[in-house]
Amino acid sequence: MNVSHMRVYLDYNATTPLAPEVVDAVVAATRDLFGNASSVHHFGQQAKAALDDARTAVATLIGADPSEVVFTSGGTEADNFAIRGAAEAAEAGGRRHLVASAIEHEAVLNTLKALARRGWRTSLIPVDQSGVVNPDRVREVLAADTALVSVMHANNEIGTIQPIAEIAAAAHERGALMHTDAVQSAGKIPIDVKALGVDLLALSAHKLNGPKGAGALWVKRGTRMMPILTGGKHERSRRAGTENVPGIAGFGTAARLAASKMKMEGSRVASLRDRLEAGVLSGVLGTAVNGAIDRRVPNTTNISFDRVEAESLLIALDLEGIAVSTGSACSSGTLEPSHVLRAMGFPAHRTQNSLRFSLGMFSTDADVDRVVSVLPGLVEKLRGLTRKSVGSR
Amino acid sequence: MRIVVAMSGGVDSSVAAALLAEQGHDVIGLSMQLYDAAGDGDRSFGSCCSIDDLHDARRVASALHIPHYILNFERQFDELVVSNFVREYSSGRTPRPCAHCNADLKFATLADRGRALGADRVATGHYARVERDEATGRLRLKRAVDRSKDQAYFLFSLTQEQLAHAMFPVGDRPKEAVREYARQRSLPVADKPDSQEICFIPDHDYARFVGERAPETAGGAILSEDGRVLGSHEGIHRFTVGQRKGLGLSTGSPVYVLELRAAERQVIVGPRASLERTTLTASGVNWILEKPDHAVCVTAQIRHRHQAAPATVRSVGPDRAEVVFDTPQIAITPGQAVVFYEDDVVVGGGWID
Repeated sequence: MNVSHMRVYLDYNATTPLAPEVVDAVVAATRDLFGNASSVHHFGQQAKAALDDARTAVATLIGADPSEVVFTSGGTEADNFAIRGAAEAAEAGGRRHLVASAIEHEAVLNTLKALARRGWRTSLIPVDQSGVVNPDRVREVLAADTALVSVMHANNEIGTIQPIAEIAAAAHERGALMHTDAVQSAGKIPIDVKALGVDLLALSAHKLNGPKGAGALWVKRGTRMMPILTGGKHERSRRAGTENVPGIAGFGTAARLAASKMKMEGSRVASLRDRLEAGVLSGVLGTAVNGAIDRRVPNTTNISFDRVEAESLLIALDLEGIAVSTGSACSSGTLEPSHVLRAMGFPAHRTQNSLRFSLGMFSTDADVDRVVSVLPGLVEKLRGLTRKSVGSR
Repeated sequence: MRIVVAMSGGVDSSVAAALLAEQGHDVIGLSMQLYDAAGDGDRSFGSCCSIDDLHDARRVASALHIPHYILNFERQFDELVVSNFVREYSSGRTPRPCAHCNADLKFATLADRGRALGADRVATGHYARVERDEATGRLRLKRAVDRSKDQAYFLFSLTQEQLAHAMFPVGDRPKEAVREYARQRSLPVADKPDSQEICFIPDHDYARFVGERAPETAGGAILSEDGRVLGSHEGIHRFTVGQRKGLGLSTGSPVYVLELRAAERQVIVGPRASLERTTLTASGVNWILEKPDHAVCVTAQIRHRHQAAPATVRSVGPDRAEVVFDTPQIAITPGQAVVFYEDDVVVGGGWID
């Protein structure tokens, strides 16, 4: 296959390339900091110091105290720990109800399903067509025995920012804990755990130009949690397992970088995103942005294309060297209808018409120009081929 | 030329892709995800197109340095192939869904996707051949060179339009040569066993598959040809014409299923001699070249594993046909495909009434 142009990467919400400083930090730690951070001797101390450094950087990114940060293998583990850990701890007190929004990431939704199979009661909070959770809807499902409410800070598919502070307040009114999956917001928009009013917050390194295999759960001091990984006393006995020092070191560097550049990067990326969005909407008929556009992370736009199968458009774009996604994948690598769009009230046949464009650190004007110039032709071709034959709708 | 290859993860479609890539074409591998293997946990799905097969296809594509995409066709497969299959069994017929899958999915929906990607042709690993008749410009579908592996039977529903965009790269060589080619190129699937039977039925347990999806297939009576009740059964979908086992009858001499009456939920049995018939009618008939306006002498095949037998076929109405065999055939089964050949060329075919 001949891709004569440079490839354009617009799938930052799926994962991000490492910043050069992060690569350096990971390499240095891999090469030089091989010690087990739990060892008493010099080599252990060096490794431990690197962890402390990273912990401080991550804590600073979210306005927290370093002692409240628990490192994990990533965002999925952090979400699992938040939900299972809080659920198990709350069981003794008779609280067996868990609440989450209908647009959560699978790491949250499937964890709830797993607990439901073991006798937990679960409720999902509906969203409206703007893709934003209404705190009143949360109040409607809260019960006297709700242990935990989980609502993501920013949605991975459409980028909408949820009103976490109000939802946390609602949760606390009923004595429930508040968890937020901040995997898609951390590094993109400012986070202050105090202002958000949450008890648990999950982050992932590879969404902010850090390496894969490292994440964290922030646990507010005093929150009762049962660990889900048991063994040694790592992470103050909250998460067993010899720490992934290179990954965590990279995470720390990425967090520090994100904090220092957030404002500038935020507005740079927002204007690229806005230009891309405007270009697609005006260059292609029958397009619309999904979700509220006035409360989004700066890098994301999710656009539906009438009379086009997202899967075909995605592949056609890839063959032109442009990488985007629909925001929902499954293990075989194929695409499933978006549960987020479904929850927003899209009819079934319109949950497979949308593409997510998400930009980031290395995105440029040239990337936007390329997409805006190539996309209309591809869409037209696909629409021209749509026919009323058996099996194609 | 840009060509999409339908890759099942088996050795035939893998070699088809390899051959085309070697010939210098711009090949794109497409695999169809037909069912959600992860969804049901313990359920082991059928013998093909499981998640392992999709991974095999991906590995082969990677070895060939061609792009590979997996298309989610779960809904279409369910609507076009599985639902039809269950309905047929519930009606006392014995369906063979492979021809539907080819005509309605592989050479339709998949072909459309290929066209959307700029590919003018869909290639598969089928053992069959397509040729252009120089005189008329029409396309001929022919049996494969390797008769023992020939799959032209399953392609009888293809139209001229579909054949114009189809390619069968392995149809002109023996199976063993195909495996040898794969071994020489170290393709990961060179020694993978062939998938037999219907791809989506776990453990070949048709009865259970249908029973789960059509709970209204209740039991009824087993009758002799003259109407005497011999026993009872638990659902006509468990039987097929010509079947001897599983009747639960002790009748002295062997009896075979002769007929399934869906409305009355009855299974009619009798001796082997009663299985012999010389005529059949077919619906949904497709004529690949053109509908004949007179009776045609052909060889007609009533099952995949059936030696095509001499017969005369006559077109009736817009899409039906009457077939009269020269000699009686055993177990002509409603729901199966009857395919007509003139030597190696597929004349057409339809679904046995």
